[in-house]
Amino acid sequence: MSAEQQERAVRCLVAKVGLDGHDRGAHVIARAFRDAGFEVVYSGLHRAPEDIVQAAVQEDVDVLGISILSGAHNTLVPKVIEGLKEYDAFDDTLVLVGGIIPDEDEDDLKELGVAEVFGPGTPMEETIEFIRNNVPERA
Amino acid sequence: MAGPDAPAFADAPSLSDADAALVEDLLSGSHRALARVITKIESRTPGYRAIVSALHEHTGGADVIGVTGSPGAGKSTLVDKLAAAYRERGDTVGVIAVDPSSPYTGGAVLGDRIRMGSNVGDMDVFFRSMSARGQLGGLSTATADAVKALDAFGKDVVVLETVGAGQNEVDVVRTADTVAVLVQPGSGDDVQTLKAGILEIGDVFVVNKADMDGAQRTVAELEEMVHRREGGTTGRGAGHHGAASMASTEGGGSAGSHHDAGHSADSESGESDARDADADDSWTPEVLETVANTGEGVEGLIETFDAHAAYLRESGEIETTERRRYAEEIRTLVRADVGALATAEIERRGGIDRLAERVRDRETDPYAVAEAIVGPIADCVEEAADGDRDD
Repeated sequence: MSAEQQERAVRCLVAKVGLDGHDRGAHVIARAFRDAGFEVVYSGLHRAPEDIVQAAVQEDVDVLGISILSGAHNTLVPKVIEGLKEYDAFDDTLVLVGGIIPDEDEDDLKELGVAEVFGPGTPMEETIEFIRNNVPERA
Repeated sequence: MAGPDAPAFADAPSLSDADAALVEDLLSGSHRALARVITKIESRTPGYRAIVSALHEHTGGADVIGVTGSPGAGKSTLVDKLAAAYRERGDTVGVIAVDPSSPYTGGAVLGDRIRMGSNVGDMDVFFRSMSARGQLGGLSTATADAVKALDAFGKDVVVLETVGAGQNEVDVVRTADTVAVLVQPGSGDDVQTLKAGILEIGDVFVVNKADMDGAQRTVAELEEMVHRREGGTTGRGAGHHGAASMASTEGGGSAGSHHDAGHSADSESGESDARDADADDSWTPEVLETVANTGEGVEGLIETFDAHAAYLRESGEIETTERRRYAEEIRTLVRADVGALATAEIERRGGIDRLAERVRDRETDPYAVAEAIVGPIADCVEEAADGDRDD
């Protein structure tokens, strides 16, 4: 028996995957998430999909936000999702994609299992609200 | 100590079926299960105690190394290189990196992972960031439990990395077998600030960024400080107010500081290792130089960690250290649990604010309130103890 109360913060991995070297957006997002009370793990630049999977699994994040500005989302995102499934981590991870994603690709990504795609100019509050409403329940 | 009259502890918290399966998965090597267990430990999910309980018997196999130092000293980069070097020789590695969290929002940016460039994609390095958010049972309890999870998982080496900023963080690294304190070259002031509590816990001092100006001076200053602390077996404790006061803050007074404890455990380990065996058999902290960016000096650092681990084993100090550590864990847990009982009782009596108001109105006084709250708890304990004796 313990009277300790539960302390659960939403954990997010903000991931830069692939070759694009622009992470100002990722930094701004990381800080906004922190200010919203989330715990944010930042991957650093130029990560391969398997690195992102390793980080998401080990850090046991609730939310994986992938930032891609290079246009390679159609090859990179499926690899990340495959990896998550391999470690049995896909079902309780909310996968978001941010960056410049053409509309027709957005549908494909959602088909794959991406919960939402946030383009440039999305208000920060909208993203944070979306996470709060959709973060997977943990057993 | 377990004598013939020691009560049996049949009261281990019981595992739910789901948690039992989780423990099973962890022990059989599932990364997902390990990650999930650490999350439960970190967020105090109901049932986490039973999980840690179940893991305990599987622990004890890992060398636990604490790395601390001021922000910017290069801890994360060095830990990355250490992990890579351990992997090189075939060891599996777990890393717990503690980052500060905002006291206002509870949010945190955990950035240590950015520096783990040498080990990305290598699942045999299990890296986990933890935020130092207001842990009820104490941050050191959460990190020590997370280390147990990695240990039970079968990691050969577990590295615990934390900013050496305050008592909380000092408590964290004190749960490690071997503590490395990182120092940045450049200013004697840096070494001065170390005196405030961290110097006493270092088994190894590492001047990182040793290619920078002033590194030699910092090394010399540290050497001097280490040897001053050495200076005669008897004088050591007396000369260091820090050591004594640190041990008494949380430890209820009986646990000596790291090195004072070592003295009581001096034993027959003359040939223990490669250190200059000048005076007694106790460990003299070493001062090493590294350049974490290039990996220079990392080999030597690992050799020193090994030497310290060997010293702990051969001198028998490991037993003293472990007993002290577990005593500390028990005290912390008991204090937290009893505190929670009292807090609940305060709530039942209308909350702390109402009680304070009554004291302010001179209706009652703090001692009377404390007695009223703790009295019934004490009665229950006594009753239970009587019951035990009757058996």
